Amino acid sequence: MASVAFEHVTKRFGDVVAVEDLDLHVDDREFLVLLGPSGCGKSTALRMIAGLEEPTEGAIRIGEHRVDGVDPKDRDLAMVFQSYALYPHKSVRQNIEFPLRSRKVPPAERTQLVQDAAGQLGLSTLLDRKPRELSGGQRQRVALARAIVRRPAVFLMDEPLSNLDANMRTATRAELVELHQRLGTTFVYVTHDQVEAMTMATRVAVMSEGSLQQLGVPQEVYDRPANVFVAQFIGSPPMNVVPGPVAAPLGVGRDDVVVGIRPEHLMIGTAGISAIVRVVESLGHERHVLCEADGHRLIVRCPAHGDAPVEGDAVHLSARPEHLHLFDASSGQRVA
Amino acid sequence: MATRTIGRYALLTFCAVVVFLPIYVAVVIAIQPAARVVDFPGVLLPKSLTLEPFRNAMRSGNLGRYLVNSGVVTAFIVGGQVITSILAAYAFAFVQFPFKRVVFTLFLATLMVPAEATIVANYETIQHFGWLDSYQALVMPFLATAFGTFLIRQAFLGVPQDLRDASALDGYGHWGFLRGVAVPLARPAIAAFTVFSFLLAWNQYLWPLLVTNDDAHRTVQIGLKSLAGANVANLNLPAAGAVIAGLPIFFLLLFFQRHLVRGLTSGAVKG
Ligand SMILES: Nc1ncnc2c1ncn2[C@@H]1O[C@H](COP(=O)(O)OP(=O)(O)OP(=O)(O)O)[C@@H](O)[C@H]1O
Ligand SMILES: [Mg+2]
Repeated sequence: MASVAFEHVTKRFGDVVAVEDLDLHVDDREFLVLLGPSGCGKSTALRMIAGLEEPTEGAIRIGEHRVDGVDPKDRDLAMVFQSYALYPHKSVRQNIEFPLRSRKVPPAERTQLVQDAAGQLGLSTLLDRKPRELSGGQRQRVALARAIVRRPAVFLMDEPLSNLDANMRTATRAELVELHQRLGTTFVYVTHDQVEAMTMATRVAVMSEGSLQQLGVPQEVYDRPANVFVAQFIGSPPMNVVPGPVAAPLGVGRDDVVVGIRPEHLMIGTAGISAIVRVVESLGHERHVLCEADGHRLIVRCPAHGDAPVEGDAVHLSARPEHLHLFDASSGQRVA
Repeated sequence: MATRTIGRYALLTFCAVVVFLPIYVAVVIAIQPAARVVDFPGVLLPKSLTLEPFRNAMRSGNLGRYLVNSGVVTAFIVGGQVITSILAAYAFAFVQFPFKRVVFTLFLATLMVPAEATIVANYETIQHFGWLDSYQALVMPFLATAFGTFLIRQAFLGVPQDLRDASALDGYGHWGFLRGVAVPLARPAIAAFTVFSFLLAWNQYLWPLLVTNDDAHRTVQIGLKSLAGANVANLNLPAAGAVIAGLPIFFLLLFFQRHLVRGLTSGAVKG
């Protein structure tokens, strides 16, 4: 059991700043998701916890201890890699017991632990296969089994679901949440998929270009994004963002702001921003109406059934005042 | 059948004949009485079979002793080359140190220097150590090789960074990763290099001739040469000797074939 803390951590690779002044405390037993677009420094942050990279500045703590210069193997953590990083020449059993061998766990106990871990992940019948004889989902489970087998204090996961198909991903999400509850250990989970973040995290840390943008429970991040980046990164389809003057018909009386409105909060009616319907997309369970107002694109989320406008219609879009997010026009930070 | 396939088989057949003809000639000469050997090309279709030449070659040529010498020398050279190549390759592939590139380039540059160019200097060194007529003289100059280092380094570079990281988290340092992951994954390259190294060591001629004079250290290739010189009339004796000297290589290839073929095909399909 352990907490993990970044204390003003910066990591540079030559001129590239991968992580900038990251200050983040992950509580014991938390399921923290590091969320951000490709290249924003998520993996680098995770690798610094693991000890695979050393911070250029700042410090990392695991539990009470600063871990500068501590070998990965002495940090009491396990990592699941995006590639799974299974040893291709070893059987499933040997893969799972590899971390136990280095720690000189006696053979009888080792066998027991491997069986436990394999059992928990439904791998008991696959122990003698080689990784190449497994499906993607099974490989992913072996990677998980290898991580849980020695009961580390912290689990690190770098996009472990990104190689799975959509159904497997949904199923595995739920299993990971369950695993987290059962093990009662700290998870730090990296992903660029906001759905994974929303569904699994106890708290989300949204990153962009190396810096932390917002930290909070998923619903709070969704409901009150701290800036335009977070507003547009979380949510699908993304939040509509228009300059203040365009939103004037909704009662926004300021020109120095940009206004964010979630697609589900826009209503098509007789008053509000006047717009032209460009495209109507049907997703089966709902429809997305793409409109254009003053050169700005606005997406409205509508029910799948019932009346909906068609391409070329002139419409008015409105939203309740409490559903408007105001961000400073120059800094992008939330003002209301 | 497409003409291309026919052409391909014709080429392969031709190559096979070119490779196997000398071996065939050596074997059929070795299993016939000396009197038959002068009857060329009739000798190529053996009418009788005798193992006498093998017995004579072993006895009169002292081949037994030479074979042992060659075996010892080859074992040390191959073992030494494989070990030093793996270690050097590991350093060049996985360890960061200053001037790595320059050092590696210098290392590779030694491949450009022909063995003949260093032979005098090596001879003087060996002589200086007083090692003439000894196993050290036959083994020491060949314990490291840029070729093996290069070959195995390439294989190591193919080991994904993630596996290196995973083994670090699983609790292994350089040794554990080398033994548990890197070497097993580079096995095809190591097997190929082992065969190559064995062939070179076993077939050495010039260097052993220079540094050894006594039977106690002479190797089998030199033994063959003197066997041939002493039996101009009985050509079947040197032929039998050559067949005997070739047997270890034959068995080596037989044993490593599996690894070699797997080495060429594994990794061809991602997965
Ligand atoms: N070893 C390295 N050397 C140089 N630059 C690096 C190195 N590792 C990462 N970077 C750079 O640091 C930045 C952050 O990389 P990182 O891998 O942490 O991104 P990421 O958020 O994990 O992206 P992805 O979602 O694509 O995996 C990138 O610009 C990357 O090019
Ligand atoms: Mg990454």
